[in-house]
Amino acid sequence: MIRRILAACLVFLTLALSAQAQDRTIQDVLQEHAEAIVKSSRTTIGPAIEAVANSGQPSAQTVLQKWQNKDMWQWSENGFFYAATVDGSEITLTDFDTGDIVATVAKGDVTQLKPNSGIRAMIGAALVQFQLNDPDAERRREALLAIQRDGEASHLAPLRASIETEDNPDIKALKEVTERLLTISFDKDDARRIAAIEGFAASLSLDARAALNPVLSAKLVYAEDLPETANIKREIKPGSEALSVSDAFALMVSAGAATAQPTLSERKSALTEHIIDGKVGGVPVAELTRQDARDHAYQALASEGLVPAFDPAFSMEAAVKGVRFAEVYDEPSAAVTDAAQKTLHTINRAVGVNQFLDLSLDGLSLASIYFLAAIGLAITFGVMGVINMAHGEFIMMGAYTGYVVQQIIPDYTISILVAIPMAFAVTFAAGVAMERLIIRWLYNRPLETLLATFGVSIALQQIAKNIFGTQARPLTSPGWLDGALVFNDVLAISYIRIAIFVLALIFLGIFLFIMKKTRLGLETRAVTQNPRMAASMGINPDRVNMLTFGLGSGIAGVAGVAIGLYAKVTSEMGTDYIVQSFMTVVVGGVGNIWGTLLGALGIGFLQKGIEWFNPSNTLAAQTYMIIFIIIFIQFRPKGIIALKGRAAGD
Amino acid sequence: MDFVKKHPSLPAFIATLLIFTLAVTFLSEAYGTGTMSTSFVKTLGKTLCLALVAISMDLVWGYTGILSLGHFAFFGLGGYMIGMWLMFARTKLIVVESMAAADIPATAMEIKDAVGTQIFGVVGSSDFPLVWMFAHSFWAQIALVVLVPGLLALVFGWLAFRSRVTGVYLSILTQAMTLALSLYLFQNDSGLRGNNGLSGLQNLPGLDAVSQDAVSIWFFWASAFALLVTYLIANFVVSGKFGSVIRGIRDDEARVRFLGYSVEGFKLFVFVLTAIIAGIGGALYYPQAGIINPAEIAPIASIYLAVWVAIGGRGRIYGAVIGAGVVSLVSTYFTGGQAPNINLGFYTIKWVDWWQVLLGLSFVLVTLFAPKGIGGLFDLISGRLSPSRKGAPLGPDQGSLREQEAEK
Amino acid sequence: MEVKTKLKATLATALFASTAMASAAFAECPVKVGVLHSLSGTMAISETTLKDTMLMLIDEQNAKGGVLGCQIEAVVVDPASDWPLFAEKARELLTVHNVDVMFGNWTSVSRKSVLPVIEELNGLLFYPVQYEGEESSKNVFYTGAAPNQQAIPATDYFLDELGVEKFALLGTDYVYPRTTNNILESYLKSKGIAAEDIFVNYTPFGHSDWSKIVSDVVALGADGKKVGVISTINGDANIGFYKELAAAGISADDIPVVAFSVGEEELSGLDTSNLVGHLAAWNYFQSAESELNDEFIAAWKAKMGEERVTNDPMEAHYIGFNMWVSAVEAAGTTDVDAVRTAMYGQEFPNLTGGTAVMNVNHHLSKPVLIGEIQADGQFDIISQTAEVPGDAWTDFLPESAVLMSDWKDLGCGMYNTETKTCVQIKSNY
Repeated sequence: MIRRILAACLVFLTLALSAQAQDRTIQDVLQEHAEAIVKSSRTTIGPAIEAVANSGQPSAQTVLQKWQNKDMWQWSENGFFYAATVDGSEITLTDFDTGDIVATVAKGDVTQLKPNSGIRAMIGAALVQFQLNDPDAERRREALLAIQRDGEASHLAPLRASIETEDNPDIKALKEVTERLLTISFDKDDARRIAAIEGFAASLSLDARAALNPVLSAKLVYAEDLPETANIKREIKPGSEALSVSDAFALMVSAGAATAQPTLSERKSALTEHIIDGKVGGVPVAELTRQDARDHAYQALASEGLVPAFDPAFSMEAAVKGVRFAEVYDEPSAAVTDAAQKTLHTINRAVGVNQFLDLSLDGLSLASIYFLAAIGLAITFGVMGVINMAHGEFIMMGAYTGYVVQQIIPDYTISILVAIPMAFAVTFAAGVAMERLIIRWLYNRPLETLLATFGVSIALQQIAKNIFGTQARPLTSPGWLDGALVFNDVLAISYIRIAIFVLALIFLGIFLFIMKKTRLGLETRAVTQNPRMAASMGINPDRVNMLTFGLGSGIAGVAGVAIGLYAKVTSEMGTDYIVQSFMTVVVGGVGNIWGTLLGALGIGFLQKGIEWFNPSNTLAAQTYMIIFIIIFIQFRPKGIIALKGRAAGD
Repeated sequence: MDFVKKHPSLPAFIATLLIFTLAVTFLSEAYGTGTMSTSFVKTLGKTLCLALVAISMDLVWGYTGILSLGHFAFFGLGGYMIGMWLMFARTKLIVVESMAAADIPATAMEIKDAVGTQIFGVVGSSDFPLVWMFAHSFWAQIALVVLVPGLLALVFGWLAFRSRVTGVYLSILTQAMTLALSLYLFQNDSGLRGNNGLSGLQNLPGLDAVSQDAVSIWFFWASAFALLVTYLIANFVVSGKFGSVIRGIRDDEARVRFLGYSVEGFKLFVFVLTAIIAGIGGALYYPQAGIINPAEIAPIASIYLAVWVAIGGRGRIYGAVIGAGVVSLVSTYFTGGQAPNINLGFYTIKWVDWWQVLLGLSFVLVTLFAPKGIGGLFDLISGRLSPSRKGAPLGPDQGSLREQEAEK
Repeated sequence: MEVKTKLKATLATALFASTAMASAAFAECPVKVGVLHSLSGTMAISETTLKDTMLMLIDEQNAKGGVLGCQIEAVVVDPASDWPLFAEKARELLTVHNVDVMFGNWTSVSRKSVLPVIEELNGLLFYPVQYEGEESSKNVFYTGAAPNQQAIPATDYFLDELGVEKFALLGTDYVYPRTTNNILESYLKSKGIAAEDIFVNYTPFGHSDWSKIVSDVVALGADGKKVGVISTINGDANIGFYKELAAAGISADDIPVVAFSVGEEELSGLDTSNLVGHLAAWNYFQSAESELNDEFIAAWKAKMGEERVTNDPMEAHYIGFNMWVSAVEAAGTTDVDAVRTAMYGQEFPNLTGGTAVMNVNHHLSKPVLIGEIQADGQFDIISQTAEVPGDAWTDFLPESAVLMSDWKDLGCGMYNTETKTCVQIKSNY
């Protein structure tokens, strides 16, 4: 035991000596802060990162980078930190200072350091000084992003110095923008700040707003004894939207300009404390079931001076009347706040326009999803008049087909290209089978088709559950559909939504082509208008009905693949779309594809519009949308585009 | 007597219901041998309520030809109305009792606030929303059980029938109505406790000492009585001239209108009447179920209702009762996990997994092969058969019940 | 019937008192365990897994010789995600099948549906899912996390470790997110976060169109404060949400998302490569390193298949079931009141390498883990606290701060510490 302690002392001594001898290694620095590093909390890690960054050791940058990437491990044998590469259950430890491989150990002997993203950001900020002039352009870009995320005043000087020597034009531009952002936040010189602020006029960058808004941060204050120098944003009347009377009074109380009245519950507990022999202030406790009796008892106590005074006639309105309240900027310089205010005004106008465009894109995208989900129904219900409650389950079948194809073909691009025709084929077959077996017997009983297809719908849902289980299944879009088309920081739309939009357009085209330009379309229109007449013209109504129904179902299957890509694949996904799809068709007007398109657009935009009015409750938006649809149908029962004449049927 | 003659099914139905009620009572745990568990008594009581709402569905669909896919909205509203009182009264008793221990007796305001805090918990504020205005009064809420579904049906029906929304469109519109209502109730802001709904409804205020064994039988009796009364009302409505007119509307609305009848008025009357029946059914159902929440009035519930009526047999009132009873009880049997698995050697059929498939397929089969439903079996007994029409269309309109027209 | 049960209970207690060291059981063989999880309907996605977990645990226990010398028999029923049916099936389990204990429920509303029944019939339920708290029933043991075992530590993590200054609380519109968000709003305000820096949004179950909400969240960053998202989004809706998040290119470094309802099971429904670094807070992750956990995962995969994952509510059932077994052994009977008393202070090693303790408020002491999502759909545990005792009534809402639950000494689940009275013995369902 003693020998061990001695040995430890010796080690410590050598460590201390070597530190004195100015040949400290980075390991020494790490060991000094070992406790904080292992604890790995953002609140205590600061000194450790700083020590490493400022150690002047050549390997400091490597340490920080390895640490940030969770590649630094601690060896339990000596407590030292090493860079590590994992190979199965074996871990190779490399010394930071020498770059030598120290040992290859089992996983149980070492602990990985897992800095959380807060610490990783701090490490990133510390790395800036190394990376700003790094030969690797990607590193320089990372450093600039780190500054934009977690800028510090100390970054300003090195950043400015590095702009001159930057030769990559992209990164140079980024550096200049970053420099202006830092200037706004940290520079001491007002003129420079104002120049930087004005440079962002009409900019849509989120970072610009993030830098400008803090400049304009303001507080509500009691303004009667405000110093002359205060940078006042505006005076505020109590009782306005910005400042309620009770808030204003609270400000007065906290400024010491008024005393608060005891609240209802304070008065009650005061009463409780002064119960003497079943009486409070002379009033028997049993009588205190009314507020006026309680007030009376309290007044009695107050007049004895036992409790703080309470004035029943007191009103906060009177107390705050004529008192000045103001919003005061935290930023002392009025010139800076004025400039920021002006710039932000131009920015907000541009942002407003772009937000509107973004909302429109969202609406368009939602409309295209509804349209895609409803287009199959526009054929089966709109053209043929068949109420297919299993339409949603055809969507689900399409999505599961996509999932199965993806299990067989691992390449996402090819699998999607295969899945679309496969989904069409599967649901086409299912649709034809359903038409032959069930629906054709019920053409004269439309309401009963509803029941029969509902039966099919719940059976299909349960079968899907039995085959695929109840968990959601992944349907992953190919890499080129990842991400979003970004116009600016406000206006963006994901590629998958664009793809759905394009798909919806394609199917609109296909539908129009088939209905207007092909024999099947002609025959379908003939059969739906008058089956007997069509039959006497040599058209086989059975065949036409079968193919039309199959077509509608097939399109639903393809829609299923698209919907599965952007949302989820579960056995119940169909139920999410069935009611919406029916409403899309009905609102648009049955029997007309343009009506369905208008219906989808109307519903999509309407829903987004309501969401915009009430952003915190999406459920309410959906409720009001449906109520709106109900009212709309009352006034236009045949939908937006109503068929006229013979085609309208009854 | 004349009435009975017109409705030969009536004595049989009353006798069956009476025997059934007595049998359940004598087998129950509270008043009989205890062979029948309380949970099963509750199931039977609830089934009677479902039969009640099925009758209203049959009136509106089987007789008037309006396929409403929203009648469960009225059923649910009835449940919510009675649930509000049950919750309020029960909580108030608890609150008053706990506050009695305090040093200072509570004011009325404090009691109300405390009740509010208990009911809305941390989800809302302790302030009562406006819809709870009458929750303190039993009779007011009982009146609302009738008024709220009735008024909703009146407004909705008036708007829809006035603009001549018919057939499939009306079905979809009623479906939208129940969807909108359930989404609205799902919101916490609506003041009816959102997704949690109203719970603990089986505990009647002030009757803590009475065991559920007895309460379940009381509700069973009440449900049986309500079913009987509804059955009589329904039979009365569909007989006579009124019944002929609504059947006429079902078969060809335009002709009835040309004959000078106010089609909209007749439809509206039936729609509102059935909504009220559904509301009463809900008010009896949910205290037995114990909880009501917005999922109860999701569109699918109303579709199931239509399916019960279809399976039981539309256009005959006992058919609706049979349909609701059979489907609901068979469903209980299969989901209870008591049905034995079938081992096919290569695959074991577990009924929990396959019951829904069976149910779905049976809808299809009934629609295709037995449009008269189970009730059609009685025609076999009485020898009443439809003539074979060899595929020829049945009537001028593609109405919902043309097989009936071909009878006799 | 009720009289009979009561009689049996009194007899059992009397016998127990006279022969305290009796090793032989008073339980009738076989001991019956009710499993009350939806096997069909919307909740089947989550609950079926728990039914399988229970069957596995019971099989394992039977292989070890059962309990009190009896084999354990599982009675599985299907409440079909239909909330009133939960009450009906619970009554059936207790009165028709005469089960000794029940394990079940997922959603709060199903629990509220079952509560009156089990309190009336004096049943025993183990509830394994994280929930909103504000409840303590004599007949329920809550083995999932209360808000202070999941939401509050995760929020602390956001505040202290990630430096988040502005919060978006996104949730599905039902009672768990509503209550949790209420608690968090009040907690954040007490931490000095201004009301305008808290954005709240509720979406319907199964919501799939997230573009507007995600862009709203991004726009929150416009005033230069670091934004964090606390998600109580439930079930399937998460898939659309995370897909939109990935498409919008929101990195966990810019806007971290911590989820309370997303576990390994939910992540298996999507490709997580674009979500690396986002967070979840639970009491258990499959990636926890301990021998017990390795065994548990191995047994689960052997039973259900290699691709299946384990999750937090499964661990809750694991702890709950094993504690119940030891409590029954300790009490020498399956009688509910005796088992309940024996449960207090019951300890069992949890799968993450500590010890779970059952407290007198019917909640467990468990560690809180925070994990980062990895590309393989698993979580990398980056923070693990010591065991936190679950708090039935949150300290961060004024109405419930004064309440406490102690079934052992006070015999009350809703005790007002200010007025020193028991508000009510039954639950406020």
